[in-house]
Amino acid sequence: MPMRSFSIVLLALGLSFCATCAPAQSPYGIGRVATPAEVAGWNIDIGRDGSGLPPGSGTVSHGREVYEQQCAACHGDKGQGGLGDQLAGGQGTLATTKPVRTVGSYWPYAPTLFDYIRRAMPQNAPQSLSNEDVYAVSAYVLNLNGLLPADAALDAKTLAAIKMPNRDKFVGDPRPDVKNPACTGGC
Amino acid sequence: MTEPIDADNDRTLTSRRRFLREGAMVGGVALAGSLGQGSAQAATDNLPPNVPEWMKAPGDPMGGQLYGTPSPFEKNVVKNIPKNLKQYISAAGRTPLEDLDGIITPNGLFYERHHGGIPTIDPAQHRLILHGLVDRPMIFTVDDIRRFPSQSRIHFLECSGNPGYTKPYGKTASDLVGLLSCAEWTGVSLKLVLQEAGLQPAAKWVVAEGADAAALTRSIPIEKCLEDAMLVYSQNGERLRPQQGYPLRLLVPGFEGNMNVKWLRRLHVTAEPAYSREETSKYTDLMPDGSAREFTFYMEAKSIITRPSGGQRLSEQGFHEITGIAWSGRGKIRRVDVSVDDGKSWQEAQLQEPVLTRALTRFRLPWHWDGRPTVIQSRAIDETGYVQPTLAQLLAVRGDNYFYHNNAIWPWRIAETGEITNANA
Repeated sequence: MPMRSFSIVLLALGLSFCATCAPAQSPYGIGRVATPAEVAGWNIDIGRDGSGLPPGSGTVSHGREVYEQQCAACHGDKGQGGLGDQLAGGQGTLATTKPVRTVGSYWPYAPTLFDYIRRAMPQNAPQSLSNEDVYAVSAYVLNLNGLLPADAALDAKTLAAIKMPNRDKFVGDPRPDVKNPACTGGC
Repeated sequence: MTEPIDADNDRTLTSRRRFLREGAMVGGVALAGSLGQGSAQAATDNLPPNVPEWMKAPGDPMGGQLYGTPSPFEKNVVKNIPKNLKQYISAAGRTPLEDLDGIITPNGLFYERHHGGIPTIDPAQHRLILHGLVDRPMIFTVDDIRRFPSQSRIHFLECSGNPGYTKPYGKTASDLVGLLSCAEWTGVSLKLVLQEAGLQPAAKWVVAEGADAAALTRSIPIEKCLEDAMLVYSQNGERLRPQQGYPLRLLVPGFEGNMNVKWLRRLHVTAEPAYSREETSKYTDLMPDGSAREFTFYMEAKSIITRPSGGQRLSEQGFHEITGIAWSGRGKIRRVDVSVDDGKSWQEAQLQEPVLTRALTRFRLPWHWDGRPTVIQSRAIDETGYVQPTLAQLLAVRGDNYFYHNNAIWPWRIAETGEITNANA
């Protein structure tokens, strides 16, 4: 393998291995080590516990302004839905014949709201809002669901501390859960 | 259920395809292109004893098409795109299953499901970052990925909502289960790429993210990543189409379609799932008691008769081959049973070799139609022994609020006229 023999030559010459080359223990020596800046620029994952949430904060009242400009056209002025999903209401409907799945009635973790809005919303310009605006509009959507007071602000700590009403209603996959006896005659 | 923009199972089943078919289907079973071509007099000019006009002069010279297209007489064999959706950015289009033979879906007819539109990605400017619980966070170009040892495998892909559980049900095989396709995929085993970065002992999940406007994110269990997951760059011999994730996608055979993240740009190795919006608020299954099943990855065994099927018409009594497709996310198809008497009795169909794991399997049954009304249907059994259930059996356990993973038997009703309709509708 040329890459490996090249590194052996470098080592034999007493030269240090370059920091952005794949270290010799990589089986194929393909690709290179990503820099911390490259990873940080692309890693937009927020854990359900709020891990990865950035510094900054946003208020419900500022969130209302952002929402009216960026979100209301698709999601309705009160989160009632339209071209986009209904965002508010529906609590208590999941076990009925007309379940309404919204942020407030269905979503298990509040930090996911920040994650999703930042990565995918608004649909015509994702990743365009500042972190402060994402905190603010997350706060407003939670406020529309009665999960945050109108005078509240959100930051990494307070967003992670919100317990969503439906958090404990998710279960694992029990399938196969349906049995067909595979009758072949006289069925 | 409020699913305003959830297009995995669009229920506005008014396709241009069906309009064309119902208008044209008067004389035979799905013989696309053989009908409605000119007047009866003109049609006989090329029949024996006359010499057909296309033998009396040379045809088109070679090289007129640098990328070939189907015969103009097959122009109606196209994707089944729902009409009147509220928007087409997060939407799905179907494969015309009833028009296809064999097990491989042509790339131009492969089903599509996008959550933020179809990005146009310059492969020279695309990168895959692999980071998290690894010894060395890595960055790869597309050319880097193509340097790894390659492999090709045939697998199906199916959208999790294919179809829903409640009426109105579709009229054709495509309306019902057209969010299903199968291809030969070429790429590199994900295991090799993960080993290149060095997995740490705490690594339990890999969060995959697309470079689309949804930055779609799904979490894959590490066991699946090390078993048979692939990073794919080619489909049926050519580079992926933009609609299928060009220049790089994840393939997790047998898992629901949206987990096969397209336009793959990042793999984040973690100790727990991301609990992303797509795997909490969307691709979860609501039970009658208000609880919801999460991380329901596998597409269970399923089959459908594609010919004769809904929207078609049997032209006459006598011999008709019944054929269709069967598949299971849990492995190989072991057996397919077919009933031609409304479920009273079932007989084993022939399976076309090769029968591959997590791939479409073509089945066939020779049949003589006696001209009387009946119902025909198929039932798949996979290598785990699991039997495809009826819709009633599914609904009895899961209820009407369940949305995804409907693998019910779909019976076709054949009328005395030969007309074929959805017997569940």
